[in-house]
Amino acid sequence: MEAQLIDCGTAQPAFNWGKSWRVGEVEIDAAGMPSKELNNLLRNCMLDGTRHFLLKNVCGQRYIGTRLVGPTKSLDIEIMGTPGNDLGAFLSGHRIMVHGNVQDGVGNTMDDGEIIVRGRAGDVLGMSIRGGKIFVKDDVGYRTALHMKEYMDKRPALVIGGTSQDFLGEYMAGGIVILLGLGGKPHLANYIGTGMHGGVIYLRGNIMPSQLGQEVEISPLDEEDRAILDRYVGEFLDRFPDIGMSKEEILEGNMIKISPISKRPYGKIYAY
Amino acid sequence: MGFLTGSTLACLADSCFEAMMKEGRVRREIREKEISSCSIFGAMNRDGERFTGEGITRAIANMHVRGNGLGGGFAAYGIYPQYQDYYALHMMFTGGNRQVKREAKDKFEAFLCANFDLVYDEEIPHDDEVRVMDPPLIWRYFVAPNKKGDEARLSDDDYVVGKSMWVNTQIENACVFSSGKNMGIFKGVGFPEEISEYFMLDRLYRGHIWTAHGRFPTNSQAWWGGAHPFGLLDWTVVHNGEISSYGTNRRYLEMYGYKCTLFTDTEVITYAVDLLMRRQKLPIELVSKVLSPPVWKSIDRMDGKSRKLLTALRMVYAPLLLNGPFTIIVANQREMIGLTDRIRLRPLTAATRGEMLYLSSEEASIRLISPDLDQVWTPNGGEPVVGELSERGCQ
Repeated sequence: MEAQLIDCGTAQPAFNWGKSWRVGEVEIDAAGMPSKELNNLLRNCMLDGTRHFLLKNVCGQRYIGTRLVGPTKSLDIEIMGTPGNDLGAFLSGHRIMVHGNVQDGVGNTMDDGEIIVRGRAGDVLGMSIRGGKIFVKDDVGYRTALHMKEYMDKRPALVIGGTSQDFLGEYMAGGIVILLGLGGKPHLANYIGTGMHGGVIYLRGNIMPSQLGQEVEISPLDEEDRAILDRYVGEFLDRFPDIGMSKEEILEGNMIKISPISKRPYGKIYAY
Repeated sequence: MGFLTGSTLACLADSCFEAMMKEGRVRREIREKEISSCSIFGAMNRDGERFTGEGITRAIANMHVRGNGLGGGFAAYGIYPQYQDYYALHMMFTGGNRQVKREAKDKFEAFLCANFDLVYDEEIPHDDEVRVMDPPLIWRYFVAPNKKGDEARLSDDDYVVGKSMWVNTQIENACVFSSGKNMGIFKGVGFPEEISEYFMLDRLYRGHIWTAHGRFPTNSQAWWGGAHPFGLLDWTVVHNGEISSYGTNRRYLEMYGYKCTLFTDTEVITYAVDLLMRRQKLPIELVSKVLSPPVWKSIDRMDGKSRKLLTALRMVYAPLLLNGPFTIIVANQREMIGLTDRIRLRPLTAATRGEMLYLSSEEASIRLISPDLDQVWTPNGGEPVVGELSERGCQ
């Protein structure tokens, strides 16, 4: 491809890697930029070879990371500020790191890749996610993992450092949710696993049976569960080394496994 | 579709299929869908220090995509200190031309002079350079009740409520859209930032509480009176969501003399809040449990005293339960309250910074005007976030 200066709007190269800065890092000042423009810019830069983005002054722009389907699945996108709803919607590969909080609908119908949030998340985190991983350092809002699922060999995972609000894992159909309860707050969520019919939730700490939906049960952990926890707690600590606890300390805590009683909880509702 | 049997449906499907095969694959046109919802924002200085509408305009404008330009508005408290003892009536006179608007105004003023002492009145200043759709004639009157006969027994507030209801139902093309003391609502058809520019809220007013709304009308028409906030006396409500219990709520409120005239569900919330908080003097903790009660299953799990109280509230106030997804910000001179439906089907983020309390549909809007925050949280469904004026603020 012939080298040409692409129109990248306000995108500026942070480093000039060799002759073509497009192979390197791009810094974008997103202040006042509409969602569509920002996402177009990301896509155009990706198609022209950019692999590492630093987005500054992000403030409410939606769908960041969507439509980044192309020559690579390993972009690095760092976000300073507060990205808007549906961050990483339909994300297929790449790594998004947010230095701050995120809003609602993060990882909506995500397919692959990784989202790391160095703060808290709003509602419906990981809705309909079918692949990839999301790590949140602090708490998450309502309806986390709503209709999370698995697809072929994909098994998505959400690892949350803090706790969650109501309807965690509602209608969950697959995948892994881990709630570490590290902030010292008790788990107060109600309706956990309502309508759940696949996947598994691990919760560190204690809950009352009344906090669970009717479609789930608590069971003891087996070797496979321990292996899953060992892997994902390790990955969580790799991403947030400043947590101040070792993997062993975290895994020593009381772990509860929540899984569905039936794969078809409503199978009989409309049968006479 | 009740009369279609399975076999008729199958025939229909067959014929469609045949037609499709004849003409090749039919391309289905999908209309470009606007995925939107309302935006709400509130900012309060709990020490009562006043600030302009500049910040809240930027905050609500940052959620531009949540609305569609068919309604925007603001409520501001503490803006008329020079007239703080008088009711500030903000009036809209609508109609196809200036003549019709003038006639409505004349009729209203005749009524006003017979029932109130007028202290001062003027057209609400606006910037004609800002292009808004079909603005009505908007006027403000600072008045004191002039109660006579049987009505002398009414409290001033009840008198003003009664007269406002009368105007809104009896005088064609006249609408009282703000009736509190030392506060005012500014609203219309447009994006909220346009409405703010139109009324020059960034430079003409300073308040200690501001609430704002960007509208995406779903079930009702867009007109200037139908924009949010809705107000009665100094209570105002901005609302994101829809009230599917509107009919039930409305019939109940009509028994108490409230007349719903604005063709929108949010109006009932305003009257419910007025009835419960001002007239019946219930604390917000109970009011939130009337509007947004826990489900019976949760009530059953409570201890004896709470269970009894919550059961009683649900029985006594069943017709005031707001069904459907909603988030509201309710405000008056001393309080700003955020509340969602009991299972949080609409967003609300709360945050504090020093004496400032923020409520917003999205966190980014708060961060835009206050990048560093002391606390940010997602309020639980049905549990109110209450900001009250401190002792300093009350002085």
